[in-house]
Amino acid sequence: MNPMPMPTETRRIATGAAGRDVALVAPRPHLGMPFQRDEDSPTAPDKEPRGIKMVIDSLTAGYGSHAVLRNVSLPVIERTVTAVIGPSGCGKSTLVRCLNRMHEIIPNACVSGRVLLDGRDIYGGHLDPIELRRRVGMVFQKPNPFPTMTVRDNVLAGWRLTGTRPPNADGVVEDALRRAALWDEVKDRLKAPGASLSGGQAQRLCIARALAVRPDVLLMDEPCSALDPIATARIEELIHELASSVTIVIVTHNMQQAARVSENTAFLYMGELIEFGATAGLFTRPSDPRTEDYITGRFG
Amino acid sequence: MIVNNVGLLPPISPRLRSRRIADRVFRWAVMASVLLVLLPLVAIMGTVIVRGAPALDWNFLTSLPKPVGETGGGVGHAILGTLFLALGGLLIAVPVGVPAGVFLASDRMPRLGGTVRLCADVLSGVPSIVVGMFAYTLLVLPFKQFSAMAGAFALAVIMLPTIARTTEEVVRLVPSTMTEAALALGAPRWRVMMQVVLPSAGKGVAAGVIAAFSRGAGETAPLMFTAFGSQFLTTSPMQPIAALPLVLFNYAVSPYDDWHAQAWAAALVLATLVLAGNVIAKVATTRRSR
Amino acid sequence: MQARPNTSGADTAFHATLVLAGLGVVTVLAGVAWELLSLSGEALSKGGIGFITGMTWDPVAEEFGALPALYGTLVTSALALLIAVPLGIGSAVFMSEIASSRVATVVGVLVDLLAAIPSVIYGLWGLFVLAPLLREHVQPGVQKLFGELPLFAGPPLGVGYGTAGLLLAIMVIPVITAVSREVLRAVPDTQREAAYALGATPFEVIRGTVFPYARSGLVGAVVLGLGRALGETMAVTMVIGNRYDISASLFAPGYTLAAVIANEFTEAFSPHYLSALAGLGVVLLGTTLILNAAARLLVRGVRHGGAG
Repeated sequence: MNPMPMPTETRRIATGAAGRDVALVAPRPHLGMPFQRDEDSPTAPDKEPRGIKMVIDSLTAGYGSHAVLRNVSLPVIERTVTAVIGPSGCGKSTLVRCLNRMHEIIPNACVSGRVLLDGRDIYGGHLDPIELRRRVGMVFQKPNPFPTMTVRDNVLAGWRLTGTRPPNADGVVEDALRRAALWDEVKDRLKAPGASLSGGQAQRLCIARALAVRPDVLLMDEPCSALDPIATARIEELIHELASSVTIVIVTHNMQQAARVSENTAFLYMGELIEFGATAGLFTRPSDPRTEDYITGRFG
Repeated sequence: MIVNNVGLLPPISPRLRSRRIADRVFRWAVMASVLLVLLPLVAIMGTVIVRGAPALDWNFLTSLPKPVGETGGGVGHAILGTLFLALGGLLIAVPVGVPAGVFLASDRMPRLGGTVRLCADVLSGVPSIVVGMFAYTLLVLPFKQFSAMAGAFALAVIMLPTIARTTEEVVRLVPSTMTEAALALGAPRWRVMMQVVLPSAGKGVAAGVIAAFSRGAGETAPLMFTAFGSQFLTTSPMQPIAALPLVLFNYAVSPYDDWHAQAWAAALVLATLVLAGNVIAKVATTRRSR
Repeated sequence: MQARPNTSGADTAFHATLVLAGLGVVTVLAGVAWELLSLSGEALSKGGIGFITGMTWDPVAEEFGALPALYGTLVTSALALLIAVPLGIGSAVFMSEIASSRVATVVGVLVDLLAAIPSVIYGLWGLFVLAPLLREHVQPGVQKLFGELPLFAGPPLGVGYGTAGLLLAIMVIPVITAVSREVLRAVPDTQREAAYALGATPFEVIRGTVFPYARSGLVGAVVLGLGRALGETMAVTMVIGNRYDISASLFAPGYTLAAVIANEFTEAFSPHYLSALAGLGVVLLGTTLILNAAARLLVRGVRHGGAG
């Protein structure tokens, strides 16, 4: 493992006024923290340091007057995996659902604060949530392929639903399925109904569906919680591979999973960000006693 | 490794505007459809109240009809007749419908249960005029006599599926932990059913019975050739009997303005009776499910 | 089941009672079909296919053909569906997808009230409010615009196929709305979320995800509505115009199967006549039974097993 920079410094960049503006203007590698994989990792072909893809800035969200998430700030580094961990009910899911404005489809939902994507506030009014969601894709807890569509149509659903057609549909389908490591298993039954796949395959189909519209960011809300260990291992492997091309934010209640797949980890507790930093550092030298309690299993 | 065009933003859809417009048009169309659906409710109930209220008084509710040409007269006999017929219907339908519903909920014979359930559903879709013909052949033809009994039987056939299916639904809502606790104490199944399950589902069963009552009270077609109607106050099950919907129909299609006015008043009474029963049933079920 | 130790005699008797009641329901349905078939046997066997295709209804000459009544039933029901399906499903979409739960509850209660109004009151309103309104204000206007079309030919009477179809539409809308709402509610939210996350607008989510998933259930809702329209008697009897004929014009008076039975059953002076009326009942029952059974199966399929 490479020695990681101080986690607290990253956090300051996101919250501090100066850091925010700088990130807005020029998300350059020397300002964002250059977290990198092991240099010999085959999944990290480019060694160019990465910028900041998203900045979550003083985000408060909830339902009605009940805040589920309070004043959370953290950066999301480009083409890395950021894990969000914490006990159930801590606001992990709400946090990622605010990143593509899925939170607000629930009646009574409320959000304040800013979320920057490539330096621009997604709540700022210049970006329609409809378009935002194409750039920030999402994979859900339970695999949810469309049962009335074929495997192929599921992959193309992002186009089909919005009444558009990709220029090269077959190519898009194959590329997305290959990236989701599903192509070899389903290439002979693209016309089969989307509901006919096993749980793990269905989840990879959902990943392919999200990838097919070429998002910059992929949000994964406990993508393995409904899967068996073998299917989980395949998805984790897939996350590794995808991280070279897509920025991934993954919510998980499984700390080992966070440690395995992510470069950076955010620990949420009761709606607040307790600690954020390089995964290795956070798990070996947590700076907050609550983080330490949680990762050593002392939390209820 | 698959090649990706990393960092390339998807082109901003030129169709976004038209998609947003389509979305808005759809939203407006849906809201307009709700208004169009509710408009007749307002129109019908409004007319019934406006035209029915003037002819409605104590005399109308209690007295018997006058011969054609004489003003005044009422529908007292028909109100009593409707209550008589609907209660008679319940008297036949409840003893069959409630146990049938309990049977459906018990799942002890799934194959037969499925058949019974399908039959109940299909029965609820049988046109009420056909039910009237059934009651006619069964209870009018053999006695060569229209009768309240035949009318009540026809209403019972209409009520039966409602009662059975509501009972099934509410009995299923009783938590199985409750049943299991009683069974674990060594109570026989029938005692558990009678003393644990039915009492806790009782309100729901009652709601279903009231709903069936109000549906039966509003039916006309099955009574036309069973209860037939009468100008007099009768209580014998073997005699023809008046009913509010029958009076309403006969007055409405008559050529007399005075009778038309009475038809509106009868409609107001009937609507009140039926809708009140419906509301009571609904309130009982909502309270229960909370 | 027989090995259960605490199965007492009383328990067996209790269970037997329940089974008996269940069989009672089956018996009633079978009885309806049996009685009707045996009563109509004579007319059906004598008339054969001619009973259904015949145009004349002459009790005195004992010539019975059901076609005009069947035509009236089908035309009014089709017209009712044409109006009720978009409005009913639209209202269901409003309640399950757009309105807040409080508004949806209020609308739901009102729609249920609409369903609870007795059909004879619909008929009264149709006869004294709707028919005059159409005769005075709507039909002349339509004829001014499309007067050449045979669909709107003939004098504006107020009563007829069109009025009956419109009134039926109002009566079946609550059925379609209530069932569709239930079907739409059964579509899992994960399906909607998947579509939203791909950048679909609410309209696209409903059209592309919710409707396909609920499709068979929605078909079931429509068929249930059709069942009610086909069998509806009183309201139609009051506004159909009661003329035993076939006409292409929506403004023309006609007849329906149920209306003929309602008007003539008590006046049937001969066994042949009674048998012929029962024959109309068989035609009516056969149509509604098949449609209803199909619809229930469709709706149940969605509720229990997702899309099909």
